[in-house]
This record gives sequence, C-alpha cells and structure tokens, in this order.
Amino acid sequence: MGLSSVALPKVVSALETKPRLPVIWLHGLECTCCSESFIRSSHPIAQDIVLNMISLDYDDTLQAAAGEQVEEIRKKVMKDYKGQYLLAVEGNAPTKAGGAYCTINGQSFLSILQETAADAKAIIAWGSCASHGCVQNAKPNPTGAEPVKKLITGKPIINVPGCPPIADVMTGVLAYILTFDQLPELDRAGRPKMFYGQRIHDKCYRRPFFDAGQFVEEWDDEGAKKGWCLYKMGCKGPTTYNSCSTVKWNNGTSFPIQSGHPCIGCSEENFWDNGPFYERLSNIPVPGIDSTPDKIGELLTIGTGIGVAGHMAWQLAQRKPNPARQPAEKHDE
Amino acid sequence: MATRVVVDPITRIEGHLRVEAMLDDRNRIQDAMSSGTMWRGIEVILQGRDPRDAWAFCERICGVCTTVHALASVRCVENSLGITVPKNADIIRNIMFLTQMVQDHVVHFYHLHALDWVDVVSALKADPVATAALAAKVSPTWGLASEGYFRDVAVTLKKFVDSGQLGIFQNAYWGHPAYKLPPEANLMAVAHYLEALKWQKELVKIHTVFGGKNPHPNYLVGGIAAAISMQGDNAINMERLNLISGLIDQAADVVENMYVPDLLAIASFYPEWTTCGGGLGNYMVYGDLPQNGIGDVSKFRFPRGVILNKNLNEVLPLDLTDSEQVQEEISHSWYKYPEGKTSLHPWDGVTEANYTGPDLPYKQLDETKAYSWLKAPRWKGNAVEVGPLARMLVGYASGKP
Repeated sequence: MGLSSVALPKVVSALETKPRLPVIWLHGLECTCCSESFIRSSHPIAQDIVLNMISLDYDDTLQAAAGEQVEEIRKKVMKDYKGQYLLAVEGNAPTKAGGAYCTINGQSFLSILQETAADAKAIIAWGSCASHGCVQNAKPNPTGAEPVKKLITGKPIINVPGCPPIADVMTGVLAYILTFDQLPELDRAGRPKMFYGQRIHDKCYRRPFFDAGQFVEEWDDEGAKKGWCLYKMGCKGPTTYNSCSTVKWNNGTSFPIQSGHPCIGCSEENFWDNGPFYERLSNIPVPGIDSTPDKIGELLTIGTGIGVAGHMAWQLAQRKPNPARQPAEKHDE
Repeated sequence: MATRVVVDPITRIEGHLRVEAMLDDRNRIQDAMSSGTMWRGIEVILQGRDPRDAWAFCERICGVCTTVHALASVRCVENSLGITVPKNADIIRNIMFLTQMVQDHVVHFYHLHALDWVDVVSALKADPVATAALAAKVSPTWGLASEGYFRDVAVTLKKFVDSGQLGIFQNAYWGHPAYKLPPEANLMAVAHYLEALKWQKELVKIHTVFGGKNPHPNYLVGGIAAAISMQGDNAINMERLNLISGLIDQAADVVENMYVPDLLAIASFYPEWTTCGGGLGNYMVYGDLPQNGIGDVSKFRFPRGVILNKNLNEVLPLDLTDSEQVQEEISHSWYKYPEGKTSLHPWDGVTEANYTGPDLPYKQLDETKAYSWLKAPRWKGNAVEVGPLARMLVGYASGKP
C-alpha cells in the first residue's frame, strides 16, 4: 500500500476503533465461490472482518435470519444508512424473461440490485460475475446475464474480478477502504491497481523458463516435472491481470501455474469465450520480447480518470452527516 | 382454513431457494414445495465447447461444493473418449474429493445449520468455568477447552453484541423457546463456530497444492495437471506431501474431537426432531472413491445402489447407462422437453427454459403447475433423494458404512 511510518498507526487505529461500515452483500446469478473465497482469507481472518471490521448486515449465505426477516434488514439498512452503506454484489442479473431467471422473495434480482444500489455509497462487484458477466454471460448467454457496470450508473463501482477473486485480495480491498476512508485507485476496467496492476506473466516465478525457451510440451514430460513455462499448454498468464503469482492462493500455498496447470485467465473479460483453455495464445512471439501483451497493457492503463472519479464520489458521500449509530438489537436476555 | 407460510430466501445455503408450506388449522405442515429460483443455463452454454474445457464450466455450478462438478465432468469426457487415467490421478482426485467432503460437512454444520440449534445471544449468559467443564465432558480429547479460552470467546462476543451492530446475527429468533441449549453449550458452540471458521481455510490447501487454488481448483481431462517429482523442487515432492499429510491429521483431529462430539451433544437436546420429516424414503447413489479405476464399481469405497421405501435390507442395482432407470423429471419445473415428454435420461437430456410461473413480483407459486428451476431425479419412475444422506444409507445397507 506504500505506507509511510506515520500511516501505520492509522491503520491499526482505523481497524480497531471505527464504527463498523454497514455492508449489504447481494447474491444474483452466481455459484457462491466469492463468499467461499472470502471466508478463506488468512490476513485478516474472516472472524475479524465480520466481528470487528464491517457490519455484514445482509448476506444470505451466512446470516442467521431468513425469509421476510432478511428482507426487513435490507430495507432497514437502506433507510437508516442511506448513502452510507457499501453494496457488495456477488453474481449478476438476468435481463431476459422479465427477470424470472433469478428471484428473491418473488422479486427479480435485477430490481433488487437496482433499488439497493440507489442509495449505496459505493458498490464492490465481487468476482468475474459481477465485474464482467462470467460463465452465465458466456455465449449464448441464455439468461441475458449482465454485470453490475452494465446495469448501474452514477455510483462508484470497484470491480474485483476472478473466479473467484483471491481471498486476501477481497479482504485487502475492504481493509483499504476502511483504513483510508477512500476507494482504492482503479484502472480503466475499474479494478484496484494494487492487485490488478500487472500481468501474472510479469511476476511469474516460471518467467525465466519462458525467456529461455523452456516449455512444458506434454503434461507428464520432463519439463512438467521441472516446472518449466506452461505457455505452450495454453497459459493465459501473459494476458491476465491479477495477483496470483504474487499474493498466491490460500495464504500463499500455491497458485495454478505453480501447481502445473496453465492460467485460464479467470479475471479477464470474456475469458470463457476466449478459449479453448489449452490452446496457446497465438499472438505472442516465443521466446523473446512480448510486445503484443505490452500493447494490451498500454490500452488497459488509458483513462485512469474513471478511477479518480470513483475516488471523488466516495469523498463527496463522506461529507454528508453520519447517521446515528444503529440502536442495539432487541433480544431476550 | 389452511394458511401458507413462505420462506424466501432460505438462507445459509448455496444458491436461491424458496419454500412454501401449507399448514392446517393446528399449524401443522400438510404439504410443502421447494422452488429453486435461479437458472443460468450452463448446459446450454456448454454446447459446442472444447470438451477439455467443460470441467471449468461445470465446476462453476457450485462454489461451495467446489470440485465435485469438475470431477464429474472430467470423468464424463474420459468415459466418452475411452480414457483411463493413471493410478496416481485417481488417488489425487479421491484426496481432493474427500477434502471437499470433510470441509463441507464441518462448514455446513457450524456456519450454516447450527444457527438453527445454537442461540448465539444466550451464550453471553454462560459461565466460562462451567463451559470448560462441559467441554471436557463432551470431548475430553479436544485441546482448546480451558476456562480462559472460553472467557476470551465470551469477551469477543460481548464486545460484538454491545456494539449494537449484530451483522449476520441480527433479526433472528434469539431467545425463542425452541432453542433448547443451556448458555454454556451455546458458548461452546459459538467458540467452535469460530474455531471451525479458522480451520476450514487450512484444509482446503490440499486443493491448492494439487489444483492451484480454492475455491475452484483446476482439473484436467486425462489425469491431474500437477506433476509429481520426488527428486524435484518444482512439482509435488516430499515437502508438498508433508503439508498434505499434516492437514489430513489436523482434519481428523477436528472431526473426531470437535465436530462429531459437538454434533452428538447438540442433537441430544433435540430428540423430538428425529421423529419428524423423513422425506421420500427412496435413495439413489452413483457411488464414488474408486480404488481400481472408475470402471470398477465393485471397488468403490462409497457403493452404488438404490434403496426404496426405507428398506435397508435390500440395495437395488443401479445401471447408469439404462435409459429407463435414471431420468430427470420436469413436470413441476420450468422446462420444455420435446414431444410432450416429462422425463428423460441424462444422455437424452434437453435444457430448454420455459418460464410459466406468475408475473413478477409474485406472492405465491402454484404447486399444481411448474414451480422450480430444478429438475427432479427419478429411478425407474420413483422420486428419489440423492446426496449425503442417501450416500450414508446406501453405504450402511451395503455393509460398507
């Protein structure tokens, strides 16, 4: 995060003392892999996030209440924390069949998303579903599934793609927002630069093998056993922006390439339709200077203005008076 | 007059589920229907794709039971193409399958189901000394059971409740007389909710070693992508196997010394719940954990078979290739089959969405018509339950519990 020595106590203090940010976490067309990834976070652990950092007021995967009780909660948070709550979206919304491909309590998910977004302070689009559309948006997209950015306008949206995103990336984005009271810097695609600024290939520990022209050619050849580059097996690391090769997965245990499987590019737009996964990228010179992916990189860094605009929107929302703290829940002692 | 109770969303599950229950004038459930309220059409999206890629699409059917749909998919492709995978691939796939199964059982119990039995707020009234005594009685072999440990959990919980922001625990039925556990049992269960939350992220590292990530580890048609090289430092080697071995030992400790004792202790407060429900009484299991390749069903650790009418004395043979046996039924689902058929073998399967439910927003569904996006499994025309209970019963009845 590029912290100065002055900022460090601020981090500690922010995480320990602020009233917790209300979060409404909606689930649309999805598989819940983002929620599962989220609870795999190792630093901070899920317990600390849910008990000490945010107030996860609505999340149908984890919450105790059900049915009307949870719809009451959603409406209460929208009213009591108007303009102050964070909307986290997992999955996306079907636009065909009048929204009947995803309903909650008889209401279309599309309308729930729109009404909940209206008074949100900002929106986090968790995973490739909410960010780009993901698997249900792949051809022929039978439900007309569309990501958040296609359905919601006028709100800062942070895209945290990946199928799922890395746990510590998810909690890292949240902790940044809570600590600095601002949205992270975003790239043209609305992704936090701190986690999606470079291609997996740029930081891959197998990159020296790519540069040396040493490639896995068969799944069980000597190159596979020696951990050579997986480019010829279809690796999409050269065109995929994510933190897999630095943060790695599950507390740094491994990542797809380290475990011998090519990157399938799950954090990139339309990755399902850009396969087959096991066909090599055809437009990268091998070996040598990878000029083509660099051009892609240039395109992606154009227009950081969107990121700046999102940052400002958060600050403007900040100037509104804070609502009274939520009264204590009634319960029978 | 009968009343109808609607619960939608059903929370603490994966996906979108609605239940409508019809009550008689004594508030007893006479009939109920469950409706899957989401459809993405992955069967349709898969058509025309490279079969080597299919596992990744199928895996995204569920991120909670991540891995199992991918495993089923690679087996389907291998079956179609006549591929036999190496022995090591079968072993690794079995380890990954069991990792998911153990992790999912524990998470389902503590983080999903337990909140129907455990009163989180009641735990505030617990005495840590008495809780430590209770824990020692429930499971003398589980290490984290001191008075100080439970006092720390109680302090964490009190701080959370006093904040006034109850988050995922708000607006629930805390204090309702249907919660039967004493405060100490509730505190112990809350402590283990947190303990299991810390642990579940460890076990899945087995997926990360073999599949590169969790959720959604990578699979490969023909075997497993992760190379094995006992003499190399950039593949599955002794260090990686030691990591896995340690995680398996840790899982055995959690399951045997925390999860199972808690399950038995909590269940003992709710004996009346074992006398209601019961479902259809028909169970169907494909079987799994091949010990001699997927083709040798006789060597499955989880046997294949069907039980009808709760008859545990007879396990009926199941032939997956017989188009008259396993079928997917749609007479109450929002799909259309050709020629007016309502039931098809998966090989003949068709997924054509056909929403005929009420206009949105709606208050209730009609149980006499189609009401769900889920298809329903049939065996020789019998409605059958599939899943973990079926797997356990078929195993038990086959003498392979």
